[in-house]
Amino acid sequence: MTTTTAPAAGAVAPRQHAPADRPSLVRLTVVELRKLVDTRAGRWLLITIGLIAAAIVTLQLIYAKDADQTFVNFFTPSLLPVGVLLPVLGILSITSEWSQRTALTTYALVPRRERVVAAKLIAVVLTALASVLASLAIAAAGTLVAGATGGAGTWRVEAALIGNAVIFQVANVLMGAAFGLLLLNPPLAIVGYLLLPTLWSVLSELVRPLRGPAGWLDTSRTMEPLFTDHLTGGQWGRLAVSLLVWLVLPMAAGLVRTLRREVS
Amino acid sequence: MITVENLTKRYGPHPAVNDVSFHCEPGTVTGFLGPNGAGKSTTMRMITGLTAPTAGRATVAGRPYRELPNPGREVGVLLDASAQHAGRTGREALTLSAYTMGLDRREVAAKLDLVGLNAVAAKRRVRAYSLGMRQRLGLAQALLGDPRVLILDEPANGLDPEGIFWMRGLLRDFADRGGTVLLSSHLLREVEAVADRLVVIGGGRIVAQGDKNELLAGGGTLVRARDGAALRRALDAANLSAADGTDGLLVQADAETVGQAAADAGVALAELRPAGSGGLEQLFLTLTAGESTKEAVR
Repeated sequence: MTTTTAPAAGAVAPRQHAPADRPSLVRLTVVELRKLVDTRAGRWLLITIGLIAAAIVTLQLIYAKDADQTFVNFFTPSLLPVGVLLPVLGILSITSEWSQRTALTTYALVPRRERVVAAKLIAVVLTALASVLASLAIAAAGTLVAGATGGAGTWRVEAALIGNAVIFQVANVLMGAAFGLLLLNPPLAIVGYLLLPTLWSVLSELVRPLRGPAGWLDTSRTMEPLFTDHLTGGQWGRLAVSLLVWLVLPMAAGLVRTLRREVS
Repeated sequence: MITVENLTKRYGPHPAVNDVSFHCEPGTVTGFLGPNGAGKSTTMRMITGLTAPTAGRATVAGRPYRELPNPGREVGVLLDASAQHAGRTGREALTLSAYTMGLDRREVAAKLDLVGLNAVAAKRRVRAYSLGMRQRLGLAQALLGDPRVLILDEPANGLDPEGIFWMRGLLRDFADRGGTVLLSSHLLREVEAVADRLVVIGGGRIVAQGDKNELLAGGGTLVRARDGAALRRALDAANLSAADGTDGLLVQADAETVGQAAADAGVALAELRPAGSGGLEQLFLTLTAGESTKEAVR
């Protein structure tokens, strides 16, 4: 008998073990949250979002009138740039699986694709909630500085405004995710997501008959009231209709497409 | 173990995989051979639930892949070494998989070590990896959950001769300890050294399968008729798979069976003889020559 061994023998023996449990949704969500920040693209996108929000507050501290330097006035303007950029993270979370072809690994490990999609949606919603907390923190820092430098520094804020901010950010990231699910291609989904609402606005300005429907379908218009602390029933209705068209429908169609698509 | 029953995949009218059946037993390495575009990858994607078959079914460890609760713990899959996020490090790619499967983090370091990716390589982004390094990372990923079955598509691609030798030892060892291995290649010589069984596919159909030694020795029967089309129909009717050889049809059956099939159909034969020892190689070469020019477009 020779005593030579095959290279690395032993370590690759197929082990007999009880069938392992399927990964829980919590576990999959943690994986998806990690995927959001473990690449340079994702990390810088998050850092950029934070920096822009901080820059807006800084500019207000320098240029806004002292009386306008209140918590609410620091908080609301930071929502818009975050609301535009955060959905890009949602789009990348879904589409990069296909563009980077990691879907081959992801869906081989979790063949029930709807569970991966659910984990991704939960992950981006959690990110949206965290972004509202970050906006609140930055606004609070701005208010503290304003109070110390002669600005108004008023803290009064309606809880409804914060609730509306949450709706705004969550709706935006889900809209991005829906576009990602539907188009499954990063540039296409990002351009589609950023361009379509603008296109609506331009078209409804140019074409008179579109002005009526635009009030129900142009998300940049239906979401505007969310920057205040009170929405009328009509405004809620318009918001719901626009989200049905731009969020629920693309997400349903995108889900069907993602579940059926061949992974290669 | 892997069981494939009548798997078929059509893209429009074009069948990429046509009625493919085979099975892989524990303790064996099965070489899945065929030229590029023959349907190897499509078959493997159907086995692993990534592509829905048009017809037929496949089971791994007794269940359809999609019904395995935690497939990574039962089946190690490497379908394309390039399918990694270019911006993640090798270690990060494995860490994500390990966490998904519910494995201890130490498995990541152990498997990286096993495939020969050192700490420096593990910290680099996959973008900077050579194809050989990506194959090693892919193999580490497949082995991560200590599976009992391995499904590997062209794992030797990009490996240097030393790497190929190392991988053969690893797969042989895995099978000798009771594991099941299915590995594909478009090079006969590449799998000849490690496989126990061979499944040869061409144009989406299985043209030969069986024990490697029998296939390499037997080589089948060479048969020729003036009316080649009638002969093919006769063989089809007798359920004998035939492949175009250089001078006739190559059939995986003995001369008596082939002669009887032709006689039953009333086809006059011009030639009937054992194909000789180079039968499999010749079969494979003719397959490659015929198919590589019209690589399947998906």
